[in-house]
Amino acid sequence: MTENNISLVKLDNAGVYKSSKWLVRGVSFEISKGQIVTLIGPNGSGKTSTAKMILNIFQTNEGIVKRNTEKVAYVPQKINIDWTLPLRVVDFMRLTNNISHAQIIESLTLTGVEKLLNNEIRNLSGGEFQRVLIARAIAKDPELLVLDEPVQGVDFNGEIALYNLIKNISDKLNCGILLISHDIHFVMSATDHVICLNGHICCSGTPSAVAKNPAYIKLFGEHTTSTLSLYEHHHDHSHTHDGSISR
Amino acid sequence: MFDDFFIRALIAGIGVAIVTGPLGCMVIWRRLSYFGDTLSHSALLGVTIAYSFSINISLSVFIVSGIIALLLLSLQKRTKLPGDALLGLLSHSTLAVGLVIIGLLTSIRFDLMGLLFGDILSVTIEDIFIIWLGGLIILGVLYFIWKSLFAATVNYDLAAAEGMKPDSSNFIFTILLAGVIAIAIKMIGVLLITGLLLIPAAMARNLSSNPRQMIALSVIGGILSVIIGLFSSLEFNTASGPSIIVAALVLFILSLLPFKRSSALQR
Repeated sequence: MTENNISLVKLDNAGVYKSSKWLVRGVSFEISKGQIVTLIGPNGSGKTSTAKMILNIFQTNEGIVKRNTEKVAYVPQKINIDWTLPLRVVDFMRLTNNISHAQIIESLTLTGVEKLLNNEIRNLSGGEFQRVLIARAIAKDPELLVLDEPVQGVDFNGEIALYNLIKNISDKLNCGILLISHDIHFVMSATDHVICLNGHICCSGTPSAVAKNPAYIKLFGEHTTSTLSLYEHHHDHSHTHDGSISR
Repeated sequence: MFDDFFIRALIAGIGVAIVTGPLGCMVIWRRLSYFGDTLSHSALLGVTIAYSFSINISLSVFIVSGIIALLLLSLQKRTKLPGDALLGLLSHSTLAVGLVIIGLLTSIRFDLMGLLFGDILSVTIEDIFIIWLGGLIILGVLYFIWKSLFAATVNYDLAAAEGMKPDSSNFIFTILLAGVIAIAIKMIGVLLITGLLLIPAAMARNLSSNPRQMIALSVIGGILSVIIGLFSSLEFNTASGPSIIVAALVLFILSLLPFKRSSALQR
């Protein structure tokens, strides 16, 4: 990891109050260039709200969010494309920027969906659409990349490949990444800083420090730290995304 | 070959259709059809004000519809009424208030049917000028905010996060809608303007596989509807607004027919 301590965003005691309750409050942390920060926590613990504060989608009701970059890319948790809107993958890739065709192909190839270029978004499967979302974010060449459960609905092998890709991107682009993930294995093995949320920050630190923290163990249970073992699918060949075999 | 008034109506109608094409697509994508209805009903109020103070109808309609649009935007944030109930409330209230005021203004003779359903006989050279100039301004502004508006249409959060300023483009788009109603009111009439926004765009959706195609087909559909509608209005002596909308409906129904399209077989 290349941590060069250039701060991309800094939260100081930040919180959001909506529909007469605090979605999340008292959040303080910092994301620097080349760093992967992950948010973990149960449903409704304020992970997405924290991400939305950083992205200026939510205004903070207390505390400060100081962002030092405008080159931001976002992979939201959920997007519904209305049926009435005929939108192809290639149109979607250019949604908030004007990138070249070559760049589009390159990013889609990285996530394994370059063949879907001219398909309509609404005909994609959930996993395919996730891959397109990630490709779109990467193509922007961002300084800060916010990924909200980016591999949901992606098949098992794809999940590992995409997590590897995310790790590579952070090294290659030297961008800061905020990741919201339920995949404890990836969080613990590949990220620099873990923040455990439950309406506020329960504990935070390096993955190994957080894993030993009593607050973390109370939230996630003992088994996640001790008995977690990853099934690895050993192939004597590999598949391209559409299922054809390439050795 | 044709009377002058008919040529004027054709030029005016084609101008309107070029503007309603892209705006209609946006209205469909953003699910604003009822919003458009509310704005166009409020246009009747604008017309009565124009007559009362003898100012230009399009200008008066634009101002009144614009105010109603902004009122709606702020009310939607503040009240607990569901969106459709709020729209229904304002839509029928403004229509009713407009009709009541017309009833009170006994000193002025009104062609009520013309107001509600459009009147091609009434299109003047000045109207053509307003439609084409206003239309060009609307399209120019739309072009300018398109990227931001389109991103916000696909996903608000994404647009906001990536610096596309969706709130300001939403706001400007609402004003543009009021503008298109203002220039279309004489041709189509208060009750049917939303039809010209929606039906060609819905037809275009059936035939297109990307946004640009849908806008182009929507403009073509709108122009065809205006031409066919006006000719039949002349031929059968029917009101211009309903004739244009019926023509649009026929085109829509044709677009549903199962032609063998390569786009449907792709993938």
